[in-house]
Amino acid sequence: MGDMFRRYGKSATFIICLITAFWLLMLVILPNVTLLESSFRPLLPVTEIGGPNDQYTFANYLKVFNGSIDTTLMGIPVHIPVHVLTFTLTLFYSVVVTLLCFVLAYPLSYFMAKIISPKSLPTMFLLLFVPLWVSEVLRAFAWWIILALKGPLSSLLVWLHLIDQPIRWISGYNGVLIGLVYTYVLFMIFPVYNAMSSLDSNQIEAAEDLGSPWWRTHLRIVLPHCKPGIASGAVMVFMLSAGSLLVPTILGSTTSQWFTQTIQQWMFDALDWNTAAAYAFLLLLMCTLFVSLVMRLFRVKLADIAK
Amino acid sequence: MYKFRQTLARVYAYTFILYLLIPLGIMGAAAFNDNKTPSIVPWKGFTWRWFDALWADDTMWHAFQNTIFVAIAASALAVLVGTSAAILINSISGKLRTTLYGLMISTLLIPGAVIGISTMIMWTKIGNGIHSDFILFKPGLHLSVLGQVSYIAAMVMLLVLARLQSFDEGLEEAALDLGASHNQVMRRILLPHLYPAIGAGAAVAFFQSIENYNVTQFTRGGANTLTVYVFSKVRSGITPTINALALMLMIVTLALAVVYEIKRRSRARVEAAREAEARRAAALEEAF
Repeated sequence: MGDMFRRYGKSATFIICLITAFWLLMLVILPNVTLLESSFRPLLPVTEIGGPNDQYTFANYLKVFNGSIDTTLMGIPVHIPVHVLTFTLTLFYSVVVTLLCFVLAYPLSYFMAKIISPKSLPTMFLLLFVPLWVSEVLRAFAWWIILALKGPLSSLLVWLHLIDQPIRWISGYNGVLIGLVYTYVLFMIFPVYNAMSSLDSNQIEAAEDLGSPWWRTHLRIVLPHCKPGIASGAVMVFMLSAGSLLVPTILGSTTSQWFTQTIQQWMFDALDWNTAAAYAFLLLLMCTLFVSLVMRLFRVKLADIAK
Repeated sequence: MYKFRQTLARVYAYTFILYLLIPLGIMGAAAFNDNKTPSIVPWKGFTWRWFDALWADDTMWHAFQNTIFVAIAASALAVLVGTSAAILINSISGKLRTTLYGLMISTLLIPGAVIGISTMIMWTKIGNGIHSDFILFKPGLHLSVLGQVSYIAAMVMLLVLARLQSFDEGLEEAALDLGASHNQVMRRILLPHLYPAIGAGAAVAFFQSIENYNVTQFTRGGANTLTVYVFSKVRSGITPTINALALMLMIVTLALAVVYEIKRRSRARVEAAREAEARRAAALEEAF
């Protein structure tokens, strides 16, 4: 700090600190504190706010347990509250999306880091970046067109005589899964590629010269080296999927519900901001727990993840 | 066997690129289909009429305008905040640095919906608390800007901080020794070094802001941005007008990307030539 004083003078240092403080306090810390505080307040008519009924309560959080329904989870019949089900399924499918993205991204990252000639790498990057620059809503819309009942995919398969009836692709969570993987797979590719490109190719060759089969080379050498990249990609993909609102709404079916949609319903349909705050806090909790779990599993620090 | 696996990886990579691009191609192609619902099957003939409809769509133009305003405001603020934060982080150390840095990048890991709701609740609560009807405390696009800045600033901060790593602080010392004022050190030495990162940060911030839906959705009040407008169109009565819009947006971004790439390549060529020159000079010097 004293260093800054000497270089840029009092006033510049003061302004820099002030701006940073504005960011962290007014845009990050205070909003989240307010969110937490509001989540414990009951929904009251305007006249009663601050009155005797305005007491802190857990009621907003307990609303998660209202309204049980009968359903089956992986074949097991269960009696479970609707919002708990939504929460669980959002968590589950976000993990599935993360795994799928990794499976799709790993071979491609390896190809880009170790096989492709450095000359054609920029072109490859340019091609990969194109969808990244097309907005999320349009990417989801593109799949909405493709997966429509009488859309291109069904038509193609009928034409190839692989199926004889158009298939309703958007059923259950199918559409959401397809859309989320397509939208966020790039957030897995770039960190894994970055980690992989720092691996010395000689190590791979040494393993091969010593007779290691290709899968063991990957398991013992390439994968461990990529751990920080995988952690970073997994965190990004999970967080974006769990927090996505566009894709589940556009590609969702009548039987799919995402936790963010529930939050939105509290906010805009029920106009109960306090319960929305409680639910938003639960979402934040889910993401935080996932991040800490990944950090523990992969033994990486927060600074390694957000690069 | 080795060759075979390489070919397999190559085939996979090309398939993957197709997987990424075909949906966008289909979406673009549907803009020319003379069919009320946006699709490429059944193909009912080529038409420009969806582009005409888009041109005449005033709501869309209004939303477009809003998007540009929000993006400009958000990237200006994010650049200011991100650059200040990077300079601050770079000149502190120890526990304070770790804490602040962790706090800053944790904003990247907060879901957009949470950012949107918390921003909205806090500012309206402040407004209620001080009984003010001032526009800042009502839902609206200005809150969207603040919400977006809260995490986009972290992206700018990371870019600028990376650039600061290659900064030679001796230059500042030299300037101070030679009698430069604090202001001059900042304006003539530090900032010029950071300009590339600041430029990249502004571009990233601009794109992030245009793309943003979650934060905007929860804070916008009644105002529309382009993303929100497209979304509402996809949900309700949809015509291929959206495809026409999508196609134009894709062409613009693609053109920008290509221009950027060409510039990057020519810059890389110039730098490579300079390096070669320097090496030759050094070799000559050694020879004498």
